[in-house]
Amino acid sequence: MVTAVLDARSARAVAEDVRDPELPVLTLGDLGIVRDVRVDGGRVTVALTPTYSGCPAITAMRADVARALREAGADDVEVHAALEPAWSSDWITAAGRAKLAAAGIAPPLAAPARTSGPVPLTLARPLAVTCPRCGSADTEQTAAFGPTACTALLRCRDCGEPFEHVKAV
Amino acid sequence: MGFDSAYEAISEDDPTADARWAFGTGFDDPLAGVDTSLPDGVDGADVAAYCVMLGDDALIASQRLQQWITRLPELEEETAIANIALDLLGQARLLLTRAGTADGTGRSEDDFAYRREPGEFRNVTLAETGVEDFGGLVLWLLAFSTWRLALTARLRTSRDPVVAAIAASAVKELTYHREYAAQWVVRLGDSTEYARARLVAALPLVEGGLPELFATTEVERRLADAGVAVDPSELHAEVDGVLGTVLGEIGMQRHDVAGGDEPLGRDGAHSAGFGALIAELQEVARQHPGATW
Repeated sequence: MVTAVLDARSARAVAEDVRDPELPVLTLGDLGIVRDVRVDGGRVTVALTPTYSGCPAITAMRADVARALREAGADDVEVHAALEPAWSSDWITAAGRAKLAAAGIAPPLAAPARTSGPVPLTLARPLAVTCPRCGSADTEQTAAFGPTACTALLRCRDCGEPFEHVKAV
Repeated sequence: MGFDSAYEAISEDDPTADARWAFGTGFDDPLAGVDTSLPDGVDGADVAAYCVMLGDDALIASQRLQQWITRLPELEEETAIANIALDLLGQARLLLTRAGTADGTGRSEDDFAYRREPGEFRNVTLAETGVEDFGGLVLWLLAFSTWRLALTARLRTSRDPVVAAIAASAVKELTYHREYAAQWVVRLGDSTEYARARLVAALPLVEGGLPELFATTEVERRLADAGVAVDPSELHAEVDGVLGTVLGEIGMQRHDVAGGDEPLGRDGAHSAGFGALIAELQEVARQHPGATW
């Protein structure tokens, strides 16, 4: 049994090091969803922001964070939801973006900065996404929704490879 | 570690087993730790009723979308419709959980989804409208997501911070839903005579559900005055504008649809197929009372 006393900084490091079950190249720290970590004696309280309302990964993330902190010595772990402000793909860190690209997943473009007013309809085929394999800018979207809530599917017209792209939200 | 049955190893009862969460992780509250106190001067029963309306809209539309899984024309559309259904289900879970905290009853999302009779659901009837084919589906989704996006965009400044937070996330999701539906409507309308005919055939069914979307119930009126809700009559111009833009791209005319004595679904009056939809939604929960997932 681990007996080391966790401080807030090491507890945060443990929580941020947990991997996203759906995009396992990223940690929760890379995703930017660990919003608060508090330690009170042996009790650790973590606040996570869900990425999408229905993302099933959040359930696994909560369980994984609780288990990782217990293994690191916490007696009791509570994982809360922090809904406000809503998660944005802009919160994915520079290190996270580099890991995505290295795994063949195009990182998100800048999210639209909208917090009020009607949302404009674009009706345009998006996106100036660069192929994560060959670097070509000549890519096309093949599906607006990919295998996870946060990704779309694209294809490179130069190297011909299909790839995932993390949507900008 | 030892256990007597395979079920035990994947159940939430074993505290060391939460990596194997096929039968639940024990984390079943999507608002865990969120401050659910009400803003000053706002009636909790009204907030609960309003969250049930918006939660039911999402839950029932999600259920309709799920009925299309395995029946869509291409794998890409399977993924898209499943993703959209999942986003809406997530919105429903948060809103129904909010309802149970706002009125102090502590009813859970499962209580609302699985333990109500069809006449107790408060979704607009557009959410439950069943369509014939993929053309009808994308046209229906265009109307529903356009309206819900206009609504949630305004709810981002709701005085209820929980509703505002749920809306802020929903806007991001619904922006993608509407774009997906709009692009498919334009694509089908611009393609073959047959595809266009499917849209033309579905239009009256979808249009028939529109007047109800802009009718204001007493709860909505009170909460709009209190800065918590949006008066849905304010959404009419924006929704008409977006639908007009998309249908204008393919030169398709809207019909004038006169409203009847709205509201319908908000009063618990639903269409003929609704009972079967709810029976399907609740079937497993009713067969296994007390189960969690």
